[in-house]
Amino acid sequence: MLLYILKRLVAVTPVAFGVSIVCFLLVHLAPGDPLSAILPADATQQTIDDMRAAYGFDKPLPVQYLIWLWHVLHGDLGVSIATGRPVLGEVSRAVVNSLILASVATALGFTFGVLFGFVAGYRRNSLADRVASALSVFGVSVPHYWLGMVMVIVFSATLGWLPPTGAGPDGSGNWRPDFDHLRYLILPAVTMSVIPTGIIARTVRALVADILAQDFVEALRAKGMDELGVFKHVVRNAAPTALAIMGLQLGYLLGGSILIETVFAWPGTGFLLNAAIFQRDLPLLQGSILVLAMFFVLLNLVVDVMQTALDPRIERA
Amino acid sequence: MSVPVTAASVALDGGVVTAPEALPESGAFVASRGFWGHVVHRLVRDPVAVAAGAVILIVIVIACLSPWITPMDPYKGSMLRRLKPVADATYWLGSDELGRDMISRLMLGSRLSLFIGVTPVVIAFVIGSAIGILAGYVGGWTNTILMRTIDVFFAFPSVLLAIALSGALGAGIFNSIVSLTCVFVPQIARVAESVTTGIRKRDYIDAAKLSGASPLTIMRVQVLGNVLGPIFVYSTSLISVSMILASGLSFLGLGVRPPEPEWGLMLNTLRTAIYVNPVVAALPGLCIFIVSISFNIFSDGLRNAMEIRQ
Repeated sequence: MLLYILKRLVAVTPVAFGVSIVCFLLVHLAPGDPLSAILPADATQQTIDDMRAAYGFDKPLPVQYLIWLWHVLHGDLGVSIATGRPVLGEVSRAVVNSLILASVATALGFTFGVLFGFVAGYRRNSLADRVASALSVFGVSVPHYWLGMVMVIVFSATLGWLPPTGAGPDGSGNWRPDFDHLRYLILPAVTMSVIPTGIIARTVRALVADILAQDFVEALRAKGMDELGVFKHVVRNAAPTALAIMGLQLGYLLGGSILIETVFAWPGTGFLLNAAIFQRDLPLLQGSILVLAMFFVLLNLVVDVMQTALDPRIERA
Repeated sequence: MSVPVTAASVALDGGVVTAPEALPESGAFVASRGFWGHVVHRLVRDPVAVAAGAVILIVIVIACLSPWITPMDPYKGSMLRRLKPVADATYWLGSDELGRDMISRLMLGSRLSLFIGVTPVVIAFVIGSAIGILAGYVGGWTNTILMRTIDVFFAFPSVLLAIALSGALGAGIFNSIVSLTCVFVPQIARVAESVTTGIRKRDYIDAAKLSGASPLTIMRVQVLGNVLGPIFVYSTSLISVSMILASGLSFLGLGVRPPEPEWGLMLNTLRTAIYVNPVVAALPGLCIFIVSISFNIFSDGLRNAMEIRQ
């Protein structure tokens, strides 16, 4: 197992390097000079040259990349142009909030997805199956930012049950697990959970139907095992794939939270990205994306290893 | 079963075999109908897919004709008649925050929304298929280099990649199409590569080689004919995501710029009106949802009709 983990680590290294190159180049994709956002319009050529030298933009690209990578590997993601604070601190604060939101949404999505998926897989072509299928198509087709708006319209503007935006009553960015803060989490988390619910329901339905059609299930029943016993076997067989999908969904939600966080003004990475884009704060943009993408790479690795550990059918070669 | 037939027909027809007939599932038993006839026949018996197709068709017709058929001027506002509710005597679907007629703007908005949603998938279909088929057919180092590069893009969740690219490139229709194309090229290329690798070792490719066909002819006739179907179906399934993402970029202010009507942008500017006139504020999103779910259902129907397994 340890050898397998090592092999996966080796395989993931080039991808991580690729990701860092893409993130590095992002800044250079931007039209004009990366410094144009902070330099005054009437800056003299001398000032521009000095600034370029100060930020290292006068060196050739590969050299700039290596210097940047060296800093990143030492935990230095640069300084935000807008606030002047280190990017790492800003991103870590936001990541915690995003993780809370994405984890709760994934947990909700997993619970309902597995529930619908099992019912639909056990009762093929029943009403429950059709409802589950409709729900999964809805989950992947609905523009979640619009769904968020509709939720705010219904539960905040019309019924007045839940707060429409923010993460807490004091307007601070620090979420705490108490009742007041929980009320702020409900709408964004439920909105976000619609996507994984649909995807997990669809996958689990197919998995369960597939497992139930296999010979070993028939053999178990022929042996006289009761339905509960058979159910346990189905769960054990479906678990590795279902858990893997759940892990990946967490990553997708974390990386794709910008739209929902914008709708609900949730102080996470999406909200940070939004600010970075509109203030043309390129170091912050670069840093946030690097952290999110690396988290996704790491999560993929963990999911892979977990799936292999849970499922003896997967070869560890 | 139809595999040797394909090779033979190529030899007999001198390489003139229409692409779909080369698919293994081709009308082996319904030969008179041909592959596409078979697909259409199965598709029309799927009422849900037909309904979805009809919705798409209606939206496309509205998009094409909108400059001439909108009941009012979509750009002309009236400060006195802002945010009228739905079913107003003058404004059938109400008016927006600048007093412009909603139904006219929604109709004209279908143009840009469809354009920025569908174009990236079309471009990515061309580029992604080319990369994937090349990697799959040539194999070896070419495959390794191309596919490992593709893997890097898979390390980004698609929403993040789209927003990162258009955030760096800056707002605008062109930039949003470029970023979404970059999101879909790797996905399509990966599917194209796996489909192509799957057929590369088939007997009919060897048969064509033995019959003296040049690599280019084999690629055009045997390979393209067999892989384009599955890649096409996969690509249609991406249109729904692309519509949501493209309008999402406009919603964030990264795509279409005012005063042009586009559903995502309209949804953004109407966000402030949810306390005054919630129904009108939600309308543009409903349009995105209807089109997106229609594309999803239609693509599912098409996949079933073409008997392509996921």
